[in-house]
Amino acid sequence: MKHILKTTVAIGAMLVSTTAMAQTELSLWYHGAGSANAEEALVNQLVEDFNASQSDWNVVLETFPQLAYNDAVGAAALAGELPDILDVDGPIMPNWAWANYMQPLGIDEALIADFLPGTIGRWDGEVYSVGLWDAAVAIMTRRSTLEKYDIRVPTIAEPWTGDEFNAALEVIAASGDFDYPLDLGMAWTGEWYPYAFSPFLQSFGGDIVDRSTYQSAEGVLNGDEAIAFGEWWQGLFENNLAPGTSQDAAVRETGLLEGNYAMAWNGNWAALPVVEKFGDDALFLPAPDFGNGSTIGAASWQFGISGTSENSDGAREFIEFAIQQKYLSAFSDGTGLVPSTKAAAAETANYQPGGPLEVFFDLSEAQALVRPVTPGYVVSAKVFEKALSDIANGADVADTLDAAVDEINEDIERNSGYGH
Amino acid sequence: MATRIDQSNKAGWLMAGPGIFLMTAFIIVPFFLAFAFSLTNQRLASPNATEYVGFDNYRGLLGVAVFTLEPERDDAGEVVIDDDGEISYPRLRNFTRNNPDYPNLAGKREWFSWQWGDDRIVILAADVVFMKALINTFTFVFVVAPVQAAVALGLALLINQKMRGISIFRALYFMPVVVSIVVVSLLWRFIYAPGDGLLNNLLGFFSFGAFDPRDWLGNPNTALGSIMAMSIWQGVGFHMVIWLSGLQTISPTLYEAASIEGANKRQQFRYVTWPGLRNTAVLILIVITMQAFALFAQIDVMTNGGPLDSTQVLVFQAVERGYGKQDISGGSTISVLLFVIVLSISLIQRYLTREKN
Repeated sequence: MKHILKTTVAIGAMLVSTTAMAQTELSLWYHGAGSANAEEALVNQLVEDFNASQSDWNVVLETFPQLAYNDAVGAAALAGELPDILDVDGPIMPNWAWANYMQPLGIDEALIADFLPGTIGRWDGEVYSVGLWDAAVAIMTRRSTLEKYDIRVPTIAEPWTGDEFNAALEVIAASGDFDYPLDLGMAWTGEWYPYAFSPFLQSFGGDIVDRSTYQSAEGVLNGDEAIAFGEWWQGLFENNLAPGTSQDAAVRETGLLEGNYAMAWNGNWAALPVVEKFGDDALFLPAPDFGNGSTIGAASWQFGISGTSENSDGAREFIEFAIQQKYLSAFSDGTGLVPSTKAAAAETANYQPGGPLEVFFDLSEAQALVRPVTPGYVVSAKVFEKALSDIANGADVADTLDAAVDEINEDIERNSGYGH
Repeated sequence: MATRIDQSNKAGWLMAGPGIFLMTAFIIVPFFLAFAFSLTNQRLASPNATEYVGFDNYRGLLGVAVFTLEPERDDAGEVVIDDDGEISYPRLRNFTRNNPDYPNLAGKREWFSWQWGDDRIVILAADVVFMKALINTFTFVFVVAPVQAAVALGLALLINQKMRGISIFRALYFMPVVVSIVVVSLLWRFIYAPGDGLLNNLLGFFSFGAFDPRDWLGNPNTALGSIMAMSIWQGVGFHMVIWLSGLQTISPTLYEAASIEGANKRQQFRYVTWPGLRNTAVLILIVITMQAFALFAQIDVMTNGGPLDSTQVLVFQAVERGYGKQDISGGSTISVLLFVIVLSISLIQRYLTREKN
């Protein structure tokens, strides 16, 4: 009896392995392990659906916590152990493409023709990655607050001017009704700084690096416009208009809802609680226009094919499967992020016409600008973050920006121009 | 000349083998690799071939220059005084940026400066952040090493007595050592929180509200001091135990003899305890010094080197450059410099505390 059982198990195992043999295994790495929302479940579902939909490929998913993900990819690349399919944060993609961690996607561009520009990662003239969603930031506040202080409600077509915005902050500060009129989220160190704050610099007319050549930041990050931005930035903290770098991260999460702050500069992922709390009173407003247009950052996590994958056909097939409209909508509903196409947005609860977060899709569509598309962004983002927190803490504006320019330029030079 | 070490000692080599292998693989090879990398432009991830750059990395970190900034003068040659009654100087960036007349200042930044008559003497550094990290690290070591050793000795003397419940105190003092430094750092971030943080609250309570709440970690004047205080508290239990073991090796008969001779407690400490702790003291001093130079986790969790570089330290900078900014050569260079510094200080300590006979 025992013997028979053993044989059956062995035959069973053989059968399983032969069916597996017919399929080629594709490994997929994803950053969303332990995510608070439905993200991880959705990725699992996506992989299951793909594996069930065809018989050539079998995708095996491995998820990592976001904080450890980039390190894991870097280590795997050094060891030659990259998976077939990667997910990658938009602004980092050029660095990975340049370092040969990734290969061009080679998908039919007609498939992504109506995608938001921020969801498509291009480097060196080729598409390397594509995202199921984008993210957008806005000034969150309440209509009643603006009315109380007699402040105009701006629109995407007619955002606040810099002067209007500053005057609004002054009026609210003078009332003494709030701890601070504006919450910028200084507690969120890291990528939040370049993502959320470089659009202000761009609106002043500066940038992190000169995008015409990507060879220097001189005159762009330390020109007159950038210095004007720096002075304005420093003034926000000097005049107690915004909490500085020692802001408590917990107050960042709840400050607008609890009435500590009159306005918060925050992303769509934080918008639903605001709608739940304030209902129709909630407002999501575009960034002020400091002279060079109102703009926000773009590009979130996207899928791409690793440079060493021998199964790029399968990887491509998976990514084409993933960017179907139903998944764009499902991810948006599950995570609160901005779906990549208008058609998908229409199918979601929040971003459909008349939905509570519709304005974020419009913002992404109308004024999103990706962060500098260069492998050197990884370094310049860190330099920019340090410069902004130093200026917020009272460092001399011109000297700090000069030092940032020197560091960025030196890094570009040491990397022989980063392949531009 | 053959000795017993290499003759007929196979078992010995065999047993030392794993240790030697591990030390070679994880200590000796990485050290030489770091030194090699510091002479190149090695990146963490790059398709470009690594190039030999000589001592460029060292020059980039250690370069300094002195510059005398003359005040602005009006047409009559008088010194221009600005609205605040201060002497007005031209901006340093006019000299350090794109100025072919001062090639030695190119790319350098003001580190510190002082007044000299009407002139201003400015010390410029090629890498101000590194210089600040260097100074902060030394400050940290020179404060933490003696204070932590002294507090630990005090605690060890206190708990080195036969009393009921003394082991409770021993456990209590030792507790912070067993908790991960990352957890301790997170907890102390709450203690140091601005506004109504725990420390501000306590000080406010004991001063009947006269104390003005402070932003301990957000103020450049208090940030490094706050981290020192917390680091001393965290590490003191470990060194207390080492002192305690030293104290318990001193024979009780010496104390009995001393008290028969009429020595009071102070004299007993001076002539019996302290000489008996000599080797322990040397060990503790060297261990604390080395640990203090390796300061990293507290900075990484609590301040990230800020505000205004007031808590930048060498190891944090090495990691930030090597990993954060993908510049392995820069990180390696700092590591090599740190190694040289720690080695020299340990040798000096060994020399100063040698047996003099």
